[in-house]
Amino acid sequence: MTKIIVLLKDIVDLNEIKIDPSTRQPRTEGLKRRISDVDKRALEAAIRLKEKNDGEIAALSMGSDKTRTAMLEALAIGADSLYIVNDSGLAGVDALVTSKVLKAAVEKIGGYDLILCGEMTLDSLSAQVGPRLAELLGLPQVTYVKQMDLEDGKLRAVRDLEDVDEVVEVELPAVVSVVREINEARIPSLMSIMRAKKKPTEEWDASALGLSAEEMRAGSSIEVVKLEAPLVERKRIVIEAETVEEAAAKLADAIISEGVMEA
Amino acid sequence: MTGKTVVAYSEDRELGLQILSKGREISDKLGAKLNALVLGEKIIDPKEYITHGADRVLIVEDPALGSFAVETYRGVVLDALKDVDLEVLLIGATKRGKELAARVAAALDTGCMTECIEIDVDEEGRLLGERLTYGGSVISSQVSTRKPHIATIPPRTFKKAEPSPREGEISVLDVDIQDRRMKVVESREKARGDAGLAEAPIVVSAGRGFKDEADLKLLEELAETLGAKVGCSRPIAADLGWMEEWIGISGYKISPKLYIACGISGTIQHAAGIRDAQIIVSVNNQEGANIHEISDYSIVGDIYTVIPALTKALKERMK
Repeated sequence: MTKIIVLLKDIVDLNEIKIDPSTRQPRTEGLKRRISDVDKRALEAAIRLKEKNDGEIAALSMGSDKTRTAMLEALAIGADSLYIVNDSGLAGVDALVTSKVLKAAVEKIGGYDLILCGEMTLDSLSAQVGPRLAELLGLPQVTYVKQMDLEDGKLRAVRDLEDVDEVVEVELPAVVSVVREINEARIPSLMSIMRAKKKPTEEWDASALGLSAEEMRAGSSIEVVKLEAPLVERKRIVIEAETVEEAAAKLADAIISEGVMEA
Repeated sequence: MTGKTVVAYSEDRELGLQILSKGREISDKLGAKLNALVLGEKIIDPKEYITHGADRVLIVEDPALGSFAVETYRGVVLDALKDVDLEVLLIGATKRGKELAARVAAALDTGCMTECIEIDVDEEGRLLGERLTYGGSVISSQVSTRKPHIATIPPRTFKKAEPSPREGEISVLDVDIQDRRMKVVESREKARGDAGLAEAPIVVSAGRGFKDEADLKLLEELAETLGAKVGCSRPIAADLGWMEEWIGISGYKISPKLYIACGISGTIQHAAGIRDAQIIVSVNNQEGANIHEISDYSIVGDIYTVIPALTKALKERMK
């Protein structure tokens, strides 16, 4: 039986983010939080492996008080159990610390064959936690996976790189990160959402993992100084006309007058 | 131990040279030496790194480095830098570069700023980086608070320097090559689908407004008239497979003089990919579509009638 730990992060709905026009800062308070899309596909990939090979899936997330609600979806889609690291002392730590905390959590869960995650979460786009965790655990990493299967205790995967598709094989345990192209995550049924609430869920703070939140926080190395939407200075001219031909003619004139067509 | 050192590395030679030009700037501010790290089976023309800004070229040559494997490469990078007083490590943000940087950063117990679009150092010698977050809609200004500072730099972020006749040192290192556990069974070449998008002065682009692959010919006619390259938004490539590559935060980031978005809604991810275009034009039948908000000129209308009319109007004017 294969035991898979899937790393998931709840993030704000990116399409709901509004930029404050005066400060150019993103408004994220009060927005609904969901599982980051690529992470959800990592979970879907785990479920498909389980369906073929039998197994057990533990979802693991480092988050906040809001994480439990967002992660219900993971249990509804098909995770068997849920582990949440929730410690306000760890809020805002960087990928370096996050991966150390996740290492401790993964070791506490124990007995895993495979750790799955998304290539990156869509809020931070930092693409570090998978490789960092592999380094800390001394495991091989298989990144950017768009297809995978288990055969005789080995993982066979196709990696999606810029210039090649790389077919690889690795013995388990390993850390695997997936790209968006791997699958389309299933939508949970109402019944499975009901059942999700009954699945085992554990919540840990830093001390439950044998860590000091204060020390971990002090180890954080990257600080965010400012978040600001880039200034968009566009003319925003909407061309209106009686007919399509007229509108097209006006647009053609505008394009030519910009002088952007000279080689 | 050497003096303060900035190291630049990319397995992509061109990107490596681009990073060197920024690395030179950073090194001069820090009063540090700039080293180019070059790994491979056989290193050709190492002098080129010196003429492009490096003070020293660190070379590791080994048949095992003929193809990139992160487990092997991480060991080599760590070993090659063990006697270096490393201030800053800059790595090219290819997919391979990003996984290498994160793993090396973990081994060195330090931070890493992924895909910086700008970097600098402050008066305390800390590395500052600007990078896109929240799907690409927001620029996050960050500071790396302890050394070694690590950042990855995407392709075409910085221009490589003009080569100049500089002197420098070339050191061939003897490094232990560790075995890797992930075995490559097969490597399938991909069709290079960027169609010159990154460098094209004019790009016309298709989105979900196109109902059928065959309808793309409307766009191709417009492209032909303008001498433009044809691109698309993510769903057209990733979901429908009508093209190989897309424009957006996860695909190509482009900076043409003219960009014409046809039937594209303008998600923040797409917007991040075209932010550096000089003029953005959009055609979309949805009045409230975000693409109109980020355009210089837009027509709220049906791409199936507007595109042919625009092609015709441009043809008449270009005679």
